Order: sequence, then structure tokens, then C-alpha cells
Amino acid sequence: MGEFLLVTIQVDMHDRLALTLQDDLTGQIVKHRAHGVLIDISALEIVDSFIGRMLASIASMAHLLDAETVVVGMQPAVAITLVELGLPMRGIRTALDVEKGMTALRTAILEGQDGDSSSIR
Amino acid sequence: MEIRASDDVVLVRQAVRRQSIALGLGLVDQTKVVTASSELARNTLDYGGGGTVHLERVENGTRSGLRLTFEDQGPGIPDIALALTDGYTTGNGMGLGLSGAKRLSHEFEIWSKPGEGTRVSILRWK
Repeated sequence: MGEFLLVTIQVDMHDRLALTLQDDLTGQIVKHRAHGVLIDISALEIVDSFIGRMLASIASMAHLLDAETVVVGMQPAVAITLVELGLPMRGIRTALDVEKGMTALRTAILEGQDGDSSSIR
Repeated sequence: MEIRASDDVVLVRQAVRRQSIALGLGLVDQTKVVTASSELARNTLDYGGGGTVHLERVENGTRSGLRLTFEDQGPGIPDIALALTDGYTTGNGMGLGLSGAKRLSHEFEIWSKPGEGTRVSILRWK
């Protein structure tokens, strides 16, 4: 099943830091041959369009690197605000907490192995 | 407050959070106004080349609210209606900053003149 990477965002990130995280994470996916990335955003008090775009980019890049991404722990107030902001979070898998996120990742990886011709293992 | 670097956007968010709490806004409303402020502060920095934000508490009879006014002396916006369209962007963003901030606020005003700058004001009532 391969290794999972768990990323916990603990601080209010400025934009450059968010881009650094994106770069570091893609490097780590390759280094650890990870097949799953779990991003815990439960400590984030807001997700604006920049952070939303970063999460979507990470998911896209990870997919190209043969890894699935699940974002976990979004606060309810953040979810309400994101919808009103109009941010399309399409393509981002979410789960309520880390445990459910692990289950979602395992399912996603198994589904990918079964029939996703776009990923070559 | 000055908005000159991406660290300043974080400081704006924190100041707006403090003011929202002081005003007595609930968590969802706090989140909305802080998110709107983050979008506008980033616009001020990325498109306006930096500028300022002014935070003020406003009273109207029994109502109270928080008004945030972002100002820059950047290139300005030639077509405001277009800039307010979801998905329209001249930069690398998603084109949701202005339109999103407007949706997250009770009142929204924008003034801009090419070559002079841009001023955006949002208000959230308690």
C-alpha cells in the first residue's frame, strides 16, 4: 500500500510559506515513495482562495506523482465561509478527521489500483 | 495598518480577528470577515503594489459593525464590473478575491481610477 505522509498545518501561513510547503511536500512524496498524503487543517482558522488553491495544487501534483490526497479536519465555520467565498474545492477529497482520512486514503488507493488506467505503477 | 509584504497579510487577518471578537461577532461571522480581509489584503499587495487598511467600528442606531477600508496607489482597475466577475483575474489567482469578499460582507464599496489607485471598503454588521 506504500507509505502515507501526514502533514499538520499548525500556523497561520503567509503566502510564501504556503508555496514552500507545496514544494517541500511534493519532494517528500517522491523521497518516501508515498502513495497517500493526509493534510490536517484542523488548526486553520480560515481557508482563503490562496490556501484553497494550494490544497488543490498539492492534490493535483500528488496525483501526478501517484499519490492520493485527503484533507481532514476542516472547521465548520471554514466550510461555510468557503462555500460563500465561491471556492471550487473540486478534486479535493475531504474527511472529518485523521482516522476517517486514513480510511478514505486506503479506499482511494485501492480504487486506483483496480481500474485507473491513468496511473501506472 | 501597512500592507507591504505577505507577512503583513497575516497581521491584517490577526487584527481583524481581534476586532471581530471585540465587536462580539460569532465564530462563523468572524471567519467570514477575516477571510474577506485576507482576500482584499492580498489584492492590495499583489495588484496595488502595497497599501494600507483601516479598521473601524461603526454604529448605526442599535447596530454596530466592523468596516475595513483597503487603499492603494497602484495601477487601478480599468473595468470594475469585469474585476468583480467570478474567475476573472489579471494575475495568477483564482479571480475570487473581490467577488468573494463582496459575498462575505453586508456592504461593499469600490472606487478605482486607472493610474491613481483603488479603495475597497467592506462592512459586516453584528
